[in-house]
Amino acid sequence: MITDIFNFTLIASTIRLATPLILAALGGLYSERSGVINIALEGMMLAGAFTAAAVTYFTGNPWIGTMAAILAGVMVAFIHALATINFRADHVVSGTAINILFLGVPALLSGALFQSTGATPQLPREQVLPDVSIFDPERFPALASIFNQKPLVYLALILVPMTFYLIYRTPFGLRLRAVGENPEAADTAGVSVLKMRYAGVLISGALASLGGAYLSIGQNSLFTRNMTAGRGFIALAALIFGKWDPVGTLFACLLFGFAEAIAIRMQGTVALPNQFIQMIPYLLTIVVLAGLIRRARPPQALGVAYVKE
Amino acid sequence: MPFFWDQDIKKNEERLRNKRKRTEQTESLFIPFVPFFSVCSVISLNEIIVKAILNQLISPMIAIISAIIIGGIIVLAIGDNPINVYQLFLRNSFGLFDALGNFTFDNWGYTLFYATPLIFTGLAVALAYKCGLLNIGAEGQLYLGAFTAAWVGITFAKLPGIVLVPMCIIAAILAGAFWAAIPGFLKARFGSHEVINTIMMNFIAIGLISYLTQNFYKEQGDPIMQTVPVADQAHIARFHTILSPLGIDFPLRIPLNVAFLLALFSCFLVWVFLWRTKWGYEVRAVGLNPSAAEYGGISTKKQIVLAMALSGALAGMVGVNEVLGYRYRYFHDFSSGIGYGFTGIAVALLGRTHPAGIVLAAILFGALQRGGLFVDIFANKVSKDLVSVLQGIIILFVAMKIRIKK
Repeated sequence: MITDIFNFTLIASTIRLATPLILAALGGLYSERSGVINIALEGMMLAGAFTAAAVTYFTGNPWIGTMAAILAGVMVAFIHALATINFRADHVVSGTAINILFLGVPALLSGALFQSTGATPQLPREQVLPDVSIFDPERFPALASIFNQKPLVYLALILVPMTFYLIYRTPFGLRLRAVGENPEAADTAGVSVLKMRYAGVLISGALASLGGAYLSIGQNSLFTRNMTAGRGFIALAALIFGKWDPVGTLFACLLFGFAEAIAIRMQGTVALPNQFIQMIPYLLTIVVLAGLIRRARPPQALGVAYVKE
Repeated sequence: MPFFWDQDIKKNEERLRNKRKRTEQTESLFIPFVPFFSVCSVISLNEIIVKAILNQLISPMIAIISAIIIGGIIVLAIGDNPINVYQLFLRNSFGLFDALGNFTFDNWGYTLFYATPLIFTGLAVALAYKCGLLNIGAEGQLYLGAFTAAWVGITFAKLPGIVLVPMCIIAAILAGAFWAAIPGFLKARFGSHEVINTIMMNFIAIGLISYLTQNFYKEQGDPIMQTVPVADQAHIARFHTILSPLGIDFPLRIPLNVAFLLALFSCFLVWVFLWRTKWGYEVRAVGLNPSAAEYGGISTKKQIVLAMALSGALAGMVGVNEVLGYRYRYFHDFSSGIGYGFTGIAVALLGRTHPAGIVLAAILFGALQRGGLFVDIFANKVSKDLVSVLQGIIILFVAMKIRIKK
């Protein structure tokens, strides 16, 4: 029974299930490092998921669907940015509003376009993102079984070191962090707080919607109502767990992906009731947040609206 | 020199303590004057009061109008006639006549029935908001309250109604309070964000209750996920039962029940708590400025847990309306399509976190829900998800406008 649960496919599943979390959490990182709380990751993921599924259905090409999803994510992020940065709305309230909006908007559009508010039509195999195997299965069978994933998975893994480099080793990253820690000082130094925060939020929208797109056309082949099931919030928890740092966030997301992978495997084999197994990721989130938040230090100007003097 | 400063600090603390005592005394002096003042203000229709109310109304009104306009644009984009859609909304939620022209209580009855849980969750979110907390977990709290009320109604079925009904209500309140106190405690003790914790608690609640319902309280062989019915004595009266002795023909099928009156009473209780008691004052103080409150001697941690617990208690009351007044059993996921917990956020914000505003906002959203059902059926392409969209837009605009006023 143990080998049923713990084998190489578990690693593959962990990476696969962690990918939407990684993408969304990295998105959250850009936004929160610039000082804007992004609770709306869930809504952005849903927007991306729906757009990817719908556009892929109409164009037959998953890559166009993915591009469209990124565009949709940026548009949603624009709403959040406008409300919080220009109109100085409470960040959490604005994020919650967007989440509520995107419980409804996809269903509404789905009803109008596909006559079904529950789900978009199922996409055939050719229209779903393809598996790409990096390692030759004959020479490295173990690695090949792990690294036989959709391209978005590889993208997510590459984005982590890229984000690390971007945030810590480029002027853009420095300005982004400055705006999140002390916007007054950054403003005095000539950095446009408005532009940097917009950049942070828009990037977060793009990445989160990529995560959603992976959910709908990568892991599955359609979009169902509320298919993210709280992943956006879990991604936010992973971000906090990872102390707002790309590498820490990666490990946190892998941890949550691992929990989900184990939960899925346990459903068939272990005697625990299904509902309790499904609860594991959520319980883990609470425990993680309670245990580690004390030592983590968020960006100092997180959640504080900046008023130009 | 240290001695010198110590004296000063001690004197300061003494002064603040006395000041607080004096404020408390003056506050409590107000209580007997409340009826006197309220009568005066009603009689004189003070210009200041009217202006203040109007000021408070502007922001929600702008939000509603913007939502109507944007919603109309979305409806147009989908391919339906917005005037039709909004007419469907209005006629079926506030209209006094049905399609054939006969007078009917149906529309108002259902609107108020749908508004009842929203009043509770609106109060819940508003109370937490007054303490600076955002309680997104109203959904999980109301499920737990409903299930616990049903559980008491099933398990203690032998007790007489006089005892059983209050027991069920108290059970619902305690269950909701407990479920909210957990994230409250986590925030107070560990500082973890209550938004994420309450959302996780929602999922956990649904899983837990689903398990209990499925394995212990379901009717054998019943495919629907619901418990066995509660005892007959646990039912609370519907408006039909109240109004028919007075000769008013209020149909029995309309589920509007006593819980609506309980909701209005809860509004009054919340108002009294927040603005007329010491604990309410402390809750508000923590919400306005936690460090100042702490300096003034208020334990921020205790107030956070208290505010969350009371918030959860109010959310749990939804169970009374649903289980004791409507279905007479626990029907799993009864809030999933409508999201009473999330709509409560919209209601609280639109009502400017004041009980009076919350009642009005709840009636508006109840009307949206009722109208949404008809829009779903009678409009070509628009579905009732338009209601979610309108809600989201309203919250967004209310959040934005609040800042501009400042």
